[in-house]
Amino acid sequence: MAKRLTTDKDGNGSNGHRPSFPEKLAEVGEKMRGSQAWASIFRPGSIFRKGYTDSPRNRSYVVMNSLIYHLHPVKVKRHAVKVSYTLCLGGLSFFLFLILTVTGIFLMFFYRPTEVQAWADIRTLETSVTFGLLVRNMHRWGAHLMVITVFLHMARVFYHGAYKPPREFNWVIGVILLTLTLLLSFTGYLLPWDQLALWAVTVGTNMIGYTPVFGSQVRFVLLGGVEISTETLLRWYVLHVLLFPFIIVIFMAIHFWRVRKDGGISGPL
Amino acid sequence: MSDVPEHLLRRSAERRAALGGDPAGAAPPAGDDAGAAGADDGEKIPAHLLQRSTTGAATATATKTAPAPAATAVATAPAPVAKGPEGHTQRLLTVVKAGSIQDVKATPTDKVHVWPHLLVGEFVASLAMTAFLLVFSAVVNAPFLAAANFNFTPNPSKAPWYFLGLQELLTMFHPMVAGVTIPGMGIFGLMLVPYTDRNPSNHPEDRKLAIAIMTLFLMFWAVLVIIGCFFRGPGFNFTFPWRDGVFFDL
Repeated sequence: MAKRLTTDKDGNGSNGHRPSFPEKLAEVGEKMRGSQAWASIFRPGSIFRKGYTDSPRNRSYVVMNSLIYHLHPVKVKRHAVKVSYTLCLGGLSFFLFLILTVTGIFLMFFYRPTEVQAWADIRTLETSVTFGLLVRNMHRWGAHLMVITVFLHMARVFYHGAYKPPREFNWVIGVILLTLTLLLSFTGYLLPWDQLALWAVTVGTNMIGYTPVFGSQVRFVLLGGVEISTETLLRWYVLHVLLFPFIIVIFMAIHFWRVRKDGGISGPL
Repeated sequence: MSDVPEHLLRRSAERRAALGGDPAGAAPPAGDDAGAAGADDGEKIPAHLLQRSTTGAATATATKTAPAPAATAVATAPAPVAKGPEGHTQRLLTVVKAGSIQDVKATPTDKVHVWPHLLVGEFVASLAMTAFLLVFSAVVNAPFLAAANFNFTPNPSKAPWYFLGLQELLTMFHPMVAGVTIPGMGIFGLMLVPYTDRNPSNHPEDRKLAIAIMTLFLMFWAVLVIIGCFFRGPGFNFTFPWRDGVFFDL
């Protein structure tokens, strides 16, 4: 194709016609799409190779040729796309997790988890960093929202009886994800190191101390001592930005994978 | 015979020609042949089948001498397939009934393409969520109180809102019961839901008991959290938010 265009241009050139800028641009685009590099990036059937025309084949290719979309099957049951069935709650929980990851990474650039610096760092973030206040607000409200959406998602799944065979185990994974969401939110609560954070965590960890048999040991490990200190801050920081996200991603992967393996979403009622 | 590689066919033909030139090799004793074949291909072909094959070959040799070189050639050449008694080149391993491996569902289901039907919905939902979060965050600031001070305990001290139900229980029960036993049993009980609810139906009218229990469970926590958030004032004493104000930070 590219070759034919080139010969055409030569023929036109001898006739005195100079290719206009859009023609040149189209030719360059054609060459680029024909190149080996382009073909190596975009897999066969990609819409970036031959453009997109609406056909069942291309609709399938859109899903199959994207890593993210590939979480979905190519086709789903018709009732499964009704917003009134799922209310998008599971998807929104995942989407909030993504927002929290991105905003959280932004916050990490301006935060040091020590007793002396933590509170001042947040204040600097809010007053002197471009979009610092906005991103912190998004992180905070997004976290509360995620607790709510995960909770509502659980309620929705229960009322649809979607935990029934063959989906029993995915419900168990879901309960674990709810617990992890609460733990993620709670560990983040201490990090601003203001009065709200300190005393909310004091109340919370005092309760953990009443666990029978190994309560005081658990509390000691969590606090890095007998009471909240800079050690606690460091521990909860690592739990919040690394350990719990790591664990929850694994469980989310299992959760999404099982949704498909168990035959797609449940229903219709 | 069409899928036997050409070089094997050629080698077989050469071997056959060589054996045809040597009459001593053309008619070897049947017993020797069976023993050699059993030692060579014992792992591939069951012994009793080989036995049957050689007996068949031997009887054929007794009537006509022509098929004998063919049988010998098969036994000596390292061909991947060995001929059976009737000239079969395949063996029957087992008979598998259709449906025992693949669960073929013949019932057609009404399906739609994920693109665009599902992805458009997800895209709109995520956009709406982003817009809501962005606008809300631009308007409402997250709480940021004075720096942590170990010497000044705010009154009341409240846990994060999702734990306020537990803190509410703390006013009624021993801390071990309120803080560990009840939430632990709650989580564990939730995990056991699919294994205790044996009712196979997912129609709401068939599961009135399950729905009633779950609704009570959820409302129990919701009410406790709301009381903890809005109806608890200094000393964690009961107040009315419209009378004394709200003692609650998110």
